[in-house]
Parts: sequence; structure tokens; C-alpha cells
Amino acid sequence: MENNEKHHIVSYRSYFVILLLLLLFTFISIAITQIELGSYNVAGALLLATIKSGLVLYFFMHLKFDKPYLKLMVGFVMAVFIAVIVITFFDYYYR
Amino acid sequence: MQASSKIPTDVSYLEYKGKHKGLLSWILSTDHKRIGLLYMYSMMTLFLIGVVLGLAMKFELIAPGKTIMEAKDYNAVFTVHGVIMIFMIVVPGLPAVFGNFLLPIMIGAKDVAFPKLNLASWYVYIAGAFLVIASVLFGDGSPDTGWTFYAPYSFKTGTNMLPAIFGAFVLGFSSILTGLNFIVTIHRLRAPGMTWTKMPLFPWTLYGTAWIQLLATPIVGITLVLVSLERIFGIGVFDPALGGDPILYQHLFWIYSHPAVYIMILPAMGAISEIIPTFSQKHVFGYKAIVASTLAIAFVGYFVWGHHMFTSGMSGTAQYTFSILTFLVAIPSAIKVFNWISTMYKGSINVQTPFYWAVSFIFVFMIGGLSGLVLGALATNVYVHDTAFVVAHFHFIVFGGVGFAFFGAIHYWFPKMFGRMYDSTWANAGWLIFTIGFLTLYSPMFYLGMQGMPRRYYDYLEEFHAANILSTMGSWVMTLGLVIILINLFRSAKSGAIAPKDPWNGKTLEWTVPSPPPVENYEEIPVYGEKDGPYEYK
Repeated sequence: MENNEKHHIVSYRSYFVILLLLLLFTFISIAITQIELGSYNVAGALLLATIKSGLVLYFFMHLKFDKPYLKLMVGFVMAVFIAVIVITFFDYYYR
Repeated sequence: MQASSKIPTDVSYLEYKGKHKGLLSWILSTDHKRIGLLYMYSMMTLFLIGVVLGLAMKFELIAPGKTIMEAKDYNAVFTVHGVIMIFMIVVPGLPAVFGNFLLPIMIGAKDVAFPKLNLASWYVYIAGAFLVIASVLFGDGSPDTGWTFYAPYSFKTGTNMLPAIFGAFVLGFSSILTGLNFIVTIHRLRAPGMTWTKMPLFPWTLYGTAWIQLLATPIVGITLVLVSLERIFGIGVFDPALGGDPILYQHLFWIYSHPAVYIMILPAMGAISEIIPTFSQKHVFGYKAIVASTLAIAFVGYFVWGHHMFTSGMSGTAQYTFSILTFLVAIPSAIKVFNWISTMYKGSINVQTPFYWAVSFIFVFMIGGLSGLVLGALATNVYVHDTAFVVAHFHFIVFGGVGFAFFGAIHYWFPKMFGRMYDSTWANAGWLIFTIGFLTLYSPMFYLGMQGMPRRYYDYLEEFHAANILSTMGSWVMTLGLVIILINLFRSAKSGAIAPKDPWNGKTLEWTVPSPPPVENYEEIPVYGEKDGPYEYK
């Protein structure tokens, strides 16, 4: 197996900023439940969760440093997941 | 590059004496070929249990009213039959047996990317199987919900549901691990020069399947956990009495279980795509179209789950969305059928047992596929929903598709796997009797469904009697065919004529290694040149 993996040094500052962002989004996720968004409640919650998981994937799981095709594959999985959610809500929103 | 080792290359994987002897040399082996056979023997055992349960069901239906079992026993029998056949046979089926055995050889590798994880997948599979069997043998009676574990009944029934649900959950993990292993193997271990468009079609279908296994299985996993929590703690996700939504269960279940049909059928199509060019002695027609249709089926197959729920109370918008999407799947499926037939056209056809299975696969798959369009259309679905028509369609696709492809594949790769030829007269007789039995067993169910006979009932009206007798007799004929096939294969594995390296004049890489292959498959990893390809017939 070719050994082309590099070690990436990420500063503590970057990780700390991401941690703060994750905490911020967590608080927003809680706060948003106090607002009556009607049928957009679920969309809001899922959007925030997606942003948080995106941050974890990109920075903590080093997707940032991966090859473009791996980013594409992760993006594809995200797209499939979004499509599944959207189609499911064709039922709930129009029932 | 893979690490070199001191394992001899002139000793077959069956004869190799490693650290362990006897049974341990199998259940502790990380050789992908031995793991493939471990899966095959385990599945064969479970399959026979499933067949006996199926025979019992058909015998019960030979006459109206009680014949050999009570209604509640019938419910348990069709549930356990379904759970065994779906979660333990057809979902892992071809990938676990032939994928494990052949994928590394077909792409020019010495093993899968993670051999230990591969063995772990088999252990997980066995653990899941034991849990399901335990649900039958111990506790408060066998599960009786049907293999779909539909809410709210699955958390209301007093039967032994938790081990069965947990068993299905555990079996899902085996599937995920195998899928992950195959994706990494295909990405990282293809022979030098084997570009994506030079990879044989069976590995391509394993690749498409592996993605579905990886992405869809976790959804059924979490769904089954939620059903268990509902049952134990009454959390109220699916229970309408607590504000839950039972239709949400159906969505979550089918988001996995419909793509699971493609987990089953794609590798089956892959095996057929190997058999037809070999026995037509001709380059496969439209290689890239077959690859594209494989990926298209895998992709579109994600978005059609709602066609199982047309009568469940889903919104009209969702109903016609799912109906349109369902019709889209027919397109790539038809592309494959046209390509297989075009491959045979003007080919130098060598009529052997695998070829019989392949052409009969196309026949039953087309009946299954076209009857699927009846179910995918909203108006006709309402009419035949939950009738014997659905059971017929499902068995034509899943048993006709996967079963015929599995038997085709075992007869095709048998010389490679065991180094021996089988008796082709008995093999052909087995195929013929099995096919006649299969058609006699399932065809009357289309008629019964159209006439309004509901599925999952142990009793029926007198007007359905004649077709049910025919169907039950078909089950006996099919079982006779199955017995002939199995005895012939077992006997041939022990005492058949010695198989040459390439008995069918195949062009894919597995036919370049000895039969049976050595432990690490290749002394030297093959290199694909510019003009090399998997189906280069002159």
C-alpha cells in the first residue's frame, strides 16, 4: 500500500473555535424549540444538526485534508440523506 | 502493494495446513475463501430450516380451515420463515458467499482489505442467527408479526419479539461490516492497470450493493432499537396512544428494506452478467451501460420505499411521488435484460447448467419485474395490496432472482471453489425439476391474488381451493429439485472429476488461478495491460 498519508498539525486554537461553534449551535438548537415555527420546526432542527455534523466531519475528522473524491463521496452521502428526508416529508407535510 | 508472506502458492486453500487443525482451521481462518464457504454452509443450514417452514405453510394451505396447524402457529411460521429467508439468506446471500470468495480473486488481490474484520462479520452473522433461532425456542412463543415487525403490533404482541428484533439488528451489523470491507477492497486493492472500466461486472455490482449496505442498514438498526425501546419503556415514538406515529415506523423500516431488495438483486444480476458472456463466448454487450444501470438501480432504489405503503394512509403527494420513482427503476433493470439478450445474440452459446440458470433467471425476473409495475401503479396496487399477488411477485423477484442467480453462480464457480466438476446430467435434471416446481408453486398465487385471496391467512374460501392445491404440489416438486441439486453438489465436491483451471473458457481473472485457488490466490499480482479486459473474447 502506498504510504502517502501525511500528518496534519492543527492548532489548538482552531479546535477550540470549532468547539465553541458546536456549543453555540447546541444552544441555538435548544433555544429554537421555544419559537413556534410550525411545520419548519423539523427543518430547523435538522439544518442545525447538519451544520454541526459538517463541522465535526470537516475539522475533527480531517475531511478538510482529504482528497477531493473523498469529499465528493461524503457529499454524495449527505445528498442522499437529504433527499430521503425531503421525500419522507412529502408524506408528513401533505397528509 | 500487498505484503509478501511465506504461505506456499502451490497448496490450495482447502489443503493448506495453517496453525490450526480441523474445525478451528475454518472458524479461525481469515482467508476470504474459507470465510465465503463458512457463510455458504451456515446459510445452507438456515435455508433448509426456511424451506421446511415454507413447506409447512404450503401444506397448511392445501385445504381450507385447519390442516396441520392453528392460526397462531401459521403466523409464527410465516414470520420466522420471512426473518430467516430475508435477513439470513437473501440479504447476505451472494455478497457474503461469492463476494467473499471471488471479489479479491476477480480484482487481482490476495485477500479483502480487512481480513480479520471479514471473519468478525461472520461471527456477528452467526450471533444474529442464534438470537433469531432463540426467539423461536425459548420465551413466550415465536414472533408472529411477519418479517416486517410492523408497529404497533410488534410492541403489543405477547410473543417473544425482543430476541428476534435484536437478532435482525445484529445481522445488520454483519452486513455493514461486509459492505465497508468490499468498498475499501475495491478502491484500494484492484490489480495495477485494472481501471474502473476494466473491472468485471460482478465486483461492480458488489460495489453498488456495498454502498447500500453501508448507508441503508443503520436506518433499520436504529428503527429496531426504537421498537425495542417502545416495547420495554413505552417511549411513544410509534405508539399512537402515546402520540407516536405507526406510519413513521413503516417509513423507517422501508427506507432500509426496499433498498435491501437491491442488496439482494444487484449481486444476482452481477453473477448473471458473468455467466452470460462466458457461455456465449462473447464480449458482454454494453459494458458501460450495465455498470451505469447497476449504479442507477442502487441510487434510485433508495427513493422508492413508499410503494410498500400506498394503503397505509400516506399523503396523496407522497403516493404519486413514490409511484413515479418506482416506475423509474424499471428503466435500468430493463437495460440489463436487453444487454444480456444482446450478449447472447450471435454468440457461440455453450449450453451448460449455469447457462440454464441464467436464462431462467431472466424469465422469472421479468415476470417478477413486470408484476412489480402492477404494484407500483397506484390504482392497481389498491386492488391487489396484501393479497397473494404480492407474495407471488415478491417470490418471483427475490427467490426467482436471487435463488436462480445463486444456483447459477454455484454451478458456474463450483469448479473454482472445490476444484472438482459436478455431474451435469443431474445438475440439469435438478434445474428442470426445480424450475417447473417454482413456476407451479408461485404462478397460481398471481391468480389467487387477483381473485382477492389475502396473504398471511391460514384459511380461505372454497373458491380458492384448486389453485392452492396446485401451488402446494408445486412446493413438493420444487423441493425435489432442490434435493437433487444439493445432493449432486455435495457428492461432486467430494468425488467429482478434477476440474481444470478454466473449464468454461472464462476471461475474468479467477480463471487464471488454479482450481481450487492457493491461499493467497496469486504468486504475483497480475497486471492489466492497455488491451486487457474482463471479457476479451476473440
